[in-house]
Amino acid sequence: MDVYARNNINIVGAADGPLVVLAHGFGCDQQLWRLVVDRLKSDFRLLLIDHVGCGESDPACWDAQKYSSLAGYAADVVDIVRELDLHDVVFVGHSVAAMIGALAVIAEPGRFAKLVMLTPSPRYIDDGDYRGGFSRSDIDDLLESLELNYLGWSHAMAPVIMGTQDRPQLQDELAETFCRNDPAHARVFARTTFLSDNRNDLAQIPVPTLVIECAQDTIAPREVGAYVHENIPDSRLVTLDATGHCPQVSAPDATAAAISAFVRSA
Amino acid sequence: MTDLSLEDFWENGPCGQLIARPDGRIVRVNATLSRWLGYDRNALQGRLFSDLITAGGRIHYDTHFGPLLRMSGELNGVTVDLVAADGARLPIFLTANVKMGSDGRPELLRITAVDAADRRAYERELLEERRRVATEQGRVQVFAETLRRSLLPPVLSPPSGLDAADYYHTASDDDVGGDFYDLFPLTRAKWGFFLGDVAGKGVEAAVITGLTRYALRAAAVFDDDPVQVLHNLHSVLRQKLGVQDDRFCTVIYGNLTKRDNGFDVEIASGGHPPPLQLLADGSAHYVDSIGGHAVGLVAEPRFIATRFYLAPGDTLVLYTDGLTEAATGVGRERYDDRGALLRFAKSHAPATASGAVEAVHVLLDSLGGGVEDDVAVLALGVPLVKSGE
Repeated sequence: MDVYARNNINIVGAADGPLVVLAHGFGCDQQLWRLVVDRLKSDFRLLLIDHVGCGESDPACWDAQKYSSLAGYAADVVDIVRELDLHDVVFVGHSVAAMIGALAVIAEPGRFAKLVMLTPSPRYIDDGDYRGGFSRSDIDDLLESLELNYLGWSHAMAPVIMGTQDRPQLQDELAETFCRNDPAHARVFARTTFLSDNRNDLAQIPVPTLVIECAQDTIAPREVGAYVHENIPDSRLVTLDATGHCPQVSAPDATAAAISAFVRSA
Repeated sequence: MTDLSLEDFWENGPCGQLIARPDGRIVRVNATLSRWLGYDRNALQGRLFSDLITAGGRIHYDTHFGPLLRMSGELNGVTVDLVAADGARLPIFLTANVKMGSDGRPELLRITAVDAADRRAYERELLEERRRVATEQGRVQVFAETLRRSLLPPVLSPPSGLDAADYYHTASDDDVGGDFYDLFPLTRAKWGFFLGDVAGKGVEAAVITGLTRYALRAAAVFDDDPVQVLHNLHSVLRQKLGVQDDRFCTVIYGNLTKRDNGFDVEIASGGHPPPLQLLADGSAHYVDSIGGHAVGLVAEPRFIATRFYLAPGDTLVLYTDGLTEAATGVGRERYDDRGALLRFAKSHAPATASGAVEAVHVLLDSLGGGVEDDVAVLALGVPLVKSGE
């Protein structure tokens, strides 16, 4: 199996620096890390991946059954660290990839040194006293939003996929390909992400963990950040003075600084 | 234009306008948008723009559209519902871009909201229609597959001392071709077989195919002469059948009679491509059955009769013209334009029935999309007599 092609693995940065894996969450691909990569690449060896079904991952590897659970995405991460024979890995996962990373670390603890969970949530739907922030009907609403917004997708994406369009400058290309995911795959990933419940996995995380939350994030609100921190045995919590769910975009300096300090810490 | 009319256009133009900080906090909203939403405009200042979107849409915005806007600098025609002060949902299209500061960092978000109530209803219909088409297509494929299977024999029944193998290649998932074949016992000593191709495709061809199969099997019971069997089929096809298409087929009908360790073969051909004979000595040739009229085509048809002996190690291969007519991808060339099929047979002789069919299967796979029509293959082979038996 070619994990490089399957997960569109890109390795950048300092060849002899500590290895940091950057994994994107639902809704985007590895391009979302660009601003953080710019800030970390002089000190660290950065390995970027696209989850199967997202970005430039190999479409032939798509398997609706496998990717209907976060364990399927986690198994891919485990494949990668084994195939590339990686050790002392620091795994940085954004949003749902924080839980994917947790599952991978639990499955293969010997190869991971640390885990960074950027705006994580172990469960998005409210459950009894637990406040995830959303109801089941909100998630159905999201799935419909995906469908309505992808109506024009196949038409708009055809020239990009066929590679027949004139090559405009990079910025235009970015606008066209940035976080464009196959709608059928995105729907499966959305269901998997927002209907999962991984609260019981938090206590099993065997490595030092940094939880990074934003001061204001409607998708992973502060009480969820506190819940994650409280339930992971060896964890610390950093709250960024940032708004939204993607601090790697809205607050790249603070996000990079928090990751960097944690990787270097003893 | 005066400042007054510019101000009026900003406030009361036909779309909602909104300026926000890069983090999404609202700086200013125009009169049109605050009217749509039923909020006093001051009440919106300082709130997050994404808070105005429904919860599901907000997840989509915060995980996808928001980052897209920040990283690429623009959003084009995004579909979301905003929630008004009274809880009503407002379907809108969002278009946005980013005002960059002189330091290269984003300074403000400019967001335009267009009322999309009518378009949304249309889009939902379109979505529903698309789902319906996908369901229908699935049904058609299942229907075509079932019909196709019903026209082929469930199992071949060869006599002892003869091996038979078959393969049916389907050119289209949602259409039914007109190829057919069978192998069946007539008496304790005699077996009948046929393979043919009905003109046309689809349901009408399937009707003729079904009729042809049963007419041939019934005629074979009453007549020992293969040519007469085809004449009986001809009479049936010339009757008024209530179908529009030309009602004819090309077909080879044959009888097999056991003699020594092999079989006497008598065949009649109605305009069908000649079968191949792959001999035990490694040679191969066409059976001399070229010519004759397609069955049902002309009023007074002539059919070609021939007989030969199939010895141990010999294999007879019947096929339809979907194979010989397959496009090679070289100009308009067809697979058998230059005698490729006979060369293919020679290169595989001698072969068992299953070996010959497998080789044709591999050949069809290599021709790929060039195989534009269905292909039926039937091979009848006499196993070599093992020493000591």
